[in-house]
Amino acid sequence: MTSFFLPLSRPPPYLDHMSAEPLLQVRDLSVTFRTGDRETIAARGVSYDLAPGEVLAVVGESGSGKSVTALALTRLLPPAPGCVVRGSVRLAGQELLGLPEDAMAKVRGGSIAYVFQEPGSSLNPVYTIGFQIGEAISLHRPEIRDVGAEVVRALREVRINEPERVAGQYPHELSGGMQQRAMIAMALACDPKILVADEPTTALDVTIQKEIMDLLGRLRRERGMSIILITHNFGIVANFADKVQVMWKGEIVEQGAVADIMRAQAHPYTKALIACIPRLGQRRRRLTTLSAELKVSA
Amino acid sequence: MSSPEPLLEVRGLSVHYPGRAAWFFQKAAPKKAVDDISFVVPRGKTVGLVGESGSGKTTTGRAVIKLAPLTSGKILYQGQDIGALSNAAFLPWRKKIQMIFQDPYNSLNPRADILSILSEPLEIHFPGMTRADREARCAELLRSVQLPAEHLRRHPHEFSGGQRQRIGIARALAVQPELIICDEPVSALDVSVQAEVVNLLQDLQEQLGLTYLFIAHDLAVVEHVSDHILVMSKGRIVEQGPPAEILGNPREAYTKTLLAAVPRF
Repeated sequence: MTSFFLPLSRPPPYLDHMSAEPLLQVRDLSVTFRTGDRETIAARGVSYDLAPGEVLAVVGESGSGKSVTALALTRLLPPAPGCVVRGSVRLAGQELLGLPEDAMAKVRGGSIAYVFQEPGSSLNPVYTIGFQIGEAISLHRPEIRDVGAEVVRALREVRINEPERVAGQYPHELSGGMQQRAMIAMALACDPKILVADEPTTALDVTIQKEIMDLLGRLRRERGMSIILITHNFGIVANFADKVQVMWKGEIVEQGAVADIMRAQAHPYTKALIACIPRLGQRRRRLTTLSAELKVSA
Repeated sequence: MSSPEPLLEVRGLSVHYPGRAAWFFQKAAPKKAVDDISFVVPRGKTVGLVGESGSGKTTTGRAVIKLAPLTSGKILYQGQDIGALSNAAFLPWRKKIQMIFQDPYNSLNPRADILSILSEPLEIHFPGMTRADREARCAELLRSVQLPAEHLRRHPHEFSGGQRQRIGIARALAVQPELIICDEPVSALDVSVQAEVVNLLQDLQEQLGLTYLFIAHDLAVVEHVSDHILVMSKGRIVEQGPPAEILGNPREAYTKTLLAAVPRF
């Protein structure tokens, strides 16, 4: 496998002692939605470990449960009777699922931060970028006096030119790539241990996608931050992640080291999913599609 | 590229939008969304149009179907200039040129059922059709995009993204067009659904002899479907040619940058 994202050509040194204790330990996590007397199991039996500085890619189609599982880590889902989360999520030894709401609010954004697919709809259109990042900072790090300076520092860290000017701008004044950088700056402002990036580049062009992925790679290297990367782009998985998890109908059907899974897929779904993708320079007459029994939805 | 008859020929097309002046006495520089481009779309073939957001690829597609105002240039459809026609005079060409949009969630009226979504173009372009004929035609359209005809009474929210995109395709096919402008038709879909929709578009092309102008930013998808590729940057076509040449051996720096940004595996 040739390396594409420059900073990650070698496993970073802090991965050497990663066997010690996982940062995040997820065991038998399940998410059930209830509407009336109907129950829908969105995810079940999800178990994995995430080491500090590790990048875990989660792949699967819409409706496979990959986003719901990531949101369930911090219970970022509807409240109890409508949505039930079971199992165990331990962050550095602390069980998260039983936490009261105020303690969970500190974990959310504080230890585990999220970046979503559409930066345009995740940012509040009526506040400036600086205000929104500042809000996150004053919420999670009340000890910081000069929030304005911290905002500028956060924007500079994601390589935004003229951070002072951008801080005063509104989301609609920025391009998609810049908005996503601002979202990442906001997520990182509270120095999270884990960044959950849910399709962070799906709405962006390939060149901007490369910039954002390079940025995430650099941040991971510099901060030793772990990343849970939800994507359906196998090119990104192959070049960016250490481990990959394939979800299908709410369950993990296959997981392991990226190099192993890209070389040989054990589950027919993984195999079929990779076969669907058109690849540059390998023109075929027809694209392969999933067989009926492997399809998630109609 | 020269052998088949050109169905569409675009000559020196420009679409400029008025710019915003920094001072009120200053003359505003126009925003050149599309700047003097020329290309040919042969009948029965697929011409792929790639470029980044803001490169002018969508505006080009929209200008062909008179959804964006031409500043200058000619749009020749089978040799006839359709760019300068009034909206009323353009109506017959709306029947020949249809469009498929990127976002299957926002391009279907959520309050209408599938029957009325598919009937609307028929009512406009085939006013003589009886209600029963229209219904039969709509059922046939759904079958042609591999959806069961019983779905006619359902509403868009009852369908998945891939199914909605199929409905969008059925709506475009309703008036029996010759040319379809596909504006990022698969970029919002999962890879498996994307493969199904791409195959469907290719099957329909073969069965109905359709011509496509296929706008997308996914180079691998464009390579797969296209007979000829146009690369746009900043409103201009920087490079064009057969897929193997453009993507296998690009000459322009911009095309090389685009290709280098695609993560391989």
